Amino acid sequence: MRIIGLDIGSRTVKRVIVEDGRMVGHRVLPGTHDPLSVCEEMLAGQEYDRVVATGYGRRLFAEHREAGMITEIRAAALGVRHVHPTARCILDIGGQDTKVISIRPDGQVGKFEMNDRCAAGTGRFLEVMATALSYSMAEFVRAGDEAEEAQAINAMCTVFAESEVISATARGVDRASMARGLHEAVSRRALAMLRRVELHDDVVFCGGGALNGCLQRFVAEGLGRDVHVPDEPQILAALGAALSALPEPG
Amino acid sequence: MNVRWATKKTMKEETDYRPMWSELGLDLEKHDALLGVLGKSYGDVFLSQKDRPEGMGYLDFVMSEVHGLRVKEVMDARKDGKVVVGAFCVFVPEELVLAAGGVLVGLCTGADFGTEKAERYLPRNTCALIKSFFGFTLEKVCPYIPTCDLIVGENTCDGKKKAYETYKDLIPGEFLAMDMPNTKSAEGREVLRKAYVDFAKQLEEMSGRKITVEALKAGIATANAKREALHRLAKLRHADPAPISGLDALLINQVSFYDDPVRFTGSVNKICDELEERIAAGEGVLPKGAPRLIFSGCPMAVPNWKLSAIIESSGAVLVGEESCIGERGSQNLVSDEGETVEELIDQLVDRYFAIDCAIFTPNPGRCEHARQIATDAGADGVVHYSLQFCTPYQMEAPVLERKLEEGGLPVLRLDTDYSQEDVEQLRTRVEAFVEQVRR
Repeated sequence: MRIIGLDIGSRTVKRVIVEDGRMVGHRVLPGTHDPLSVCEEMLAGQEYDRVVATGYGRRLFAEHREAGMITEIRAAALGVRHVHPTARCILDIGGQDTKVISIRPDGQVGKFEMNDRCAAGTGRFLEVMATALSYSMAEFVRAGDEAEEAQAINAMCTVFAESEVISATARGVDRASMARGLHEAVSRRALAMLRRVELHDDVVFCGGGALNGCLQRFVAEGLGRDVHVPDEPQILAALGAALSALPEPG
Repeated sequence: MNVRWATKKTMKEETDYRPMWSELGLDLEKHDALLGVLGKSYGDVFLSQKDRPEGMGYLDFVMSEVHGLRVKEVMDARKDGKVVVGAFCVFVPEELVLAAGGVLVGLCTGADFGTEKAERYLPRNTCALIKSFFGFTLEKVCPYIPTCDLIVGENTCDGKKKAYETYKDLIPGEFLAMDMPNTKSAEGREVLRKAYVDFAKQLEEMSGRKITVEALKAGIATANAKREALHRLAKLRHADPAPISGLDALLINQVSFYDDPVRFTGSVNKICDELEERIAAGEGVLPKGAPRLIFSGCPMAVPNWKLSAIIESSGAVLVGEESCIGERGSQNLVSDEGETVEELIDQLVDRYFAIDCAIFTPNPGRCEHARQIATDAGADGVVHYSLQFCTPYQMEAPVLERKLEEGGLPVLRLDTDYSQEDVEQLRTRVEAFVEQVRR
């Protein structure tokens, strides 16, 4: 059986193909203003038995195509446990959401936390801040990682934080220390959410935010535990969506 | 054009209420816009439900006439010399208003309307409920506000009590600030007793009627009968499968603030008769074993149906509400034992003082009540609902969450307001919570 999992997120669309229970391919494209067309492009020329959608676009997609739907919470849990079976806690930083999911020993979702409705402390927040500091994303991450000093950033609202960054720039504050301060701020936010659920090892960090080495470091340091980042951390919800169509084991 | 709620009307000729609305000084254009939105939303949320009890037809009718026939009834009562009182809170005792021969109506606070105008008077980070009653008043779209001889503002939370300082000058009728205690102490009880004594005095002055023992006992009987009907409804919802949707049950509780109490009680009891038949036949709105949730938190005034609609379109059924518009608001009856008005007012105080509102500190009873409702209703989880910037409920939320989860009851904590922009974010959380408790 060949199943396609689509994770239609706020910034990117992720596609994973699962055949006979194993991942055989994946692809990531920008979501653009028209995620449906991106989904069509992802499906073009593919043969498959089922599609399961997750992410913010799941309902929109299911209105246009015959598709299953699951939330990104359950999808992330399924995907992470597939590649990292001993995961008990997931931090997922995406484009507009940060999620923390605790997983019970039986593999089921125990509890989850999500950030409030705005893009505070998410991937999108860091992108906006990188632009405000005239960095590319890669430069921004490197600068944050290498800076010795951190400029404290208090506001977590994207708009207010940008004002803070601009006024700090006007005071002559070094931009690398702001890069570090912003990464620390996002990590603090994620750590606060992690501490609201019962923490058990292993902690797995996924979503596009997990590609950010500076965030990885601050989260692990703040938590005082190993934080595991799987290969291709941003496609795990799409993988979970595809896996959800498989019959329950046992 | 006569804008109506989008409900089915078969029996009755449509009445043109525009002259009445003009007389009340409403902004007809904005009022049409409001009714247009509400009517559509009512159709989408309520009339699209399957297998509704037939008795809900009465509620559909009341809602279709909530700015029409019911306003006319209240205006007629006023023309007959009855005192009309508007209130925003379950601490305003209907018994006293009834004993003074008056009518009590709950005022509109459940929609994102007139927010921009409201923000000329209020900080942006004020809760949606306060902004809403300012918005309805300033945009001149609430027909009840100009119908009221007296509006009571109760000093519950800081937001409301400070807002009332401004609000009292925005309304055409009189305003009474009703003081509220914030601890369940002997001193606190005395604050509430004095507030009720003063309220009774004001009602007597405005109505020109002395509140007698007989009239107060009759008022107590009417309000108790209404509460008993709501208790009966709450109990019938414990059945699995649930015989009525949480949306319809919420609507019944919401309408209890507007409708004529005696007629309302009769209609709710009729719906309950029907629900008993459904339960006997094993019929429900969702199959037996469907995930069952309860609400705990801030009140949901008409037309705040957002979260209930999201939850019930995610495969779960709501089977109880620990809320002012729900079982917190209707809990306990008033004893009518007493030989004097003072003794009966003491009985009122006993009943109202027991309400587990988050303005009290500490307020351990609320968590116990939520646990009790969840247990009795066989709930699989609790959705805690706070309005953004509602400090009392937001402060209690994590405590309640921890305590209930320690007892094995999963809790989903949501903060929102009356806008529709966060529906998809909320839906993701709710669907994931339903996936979590479905097992």
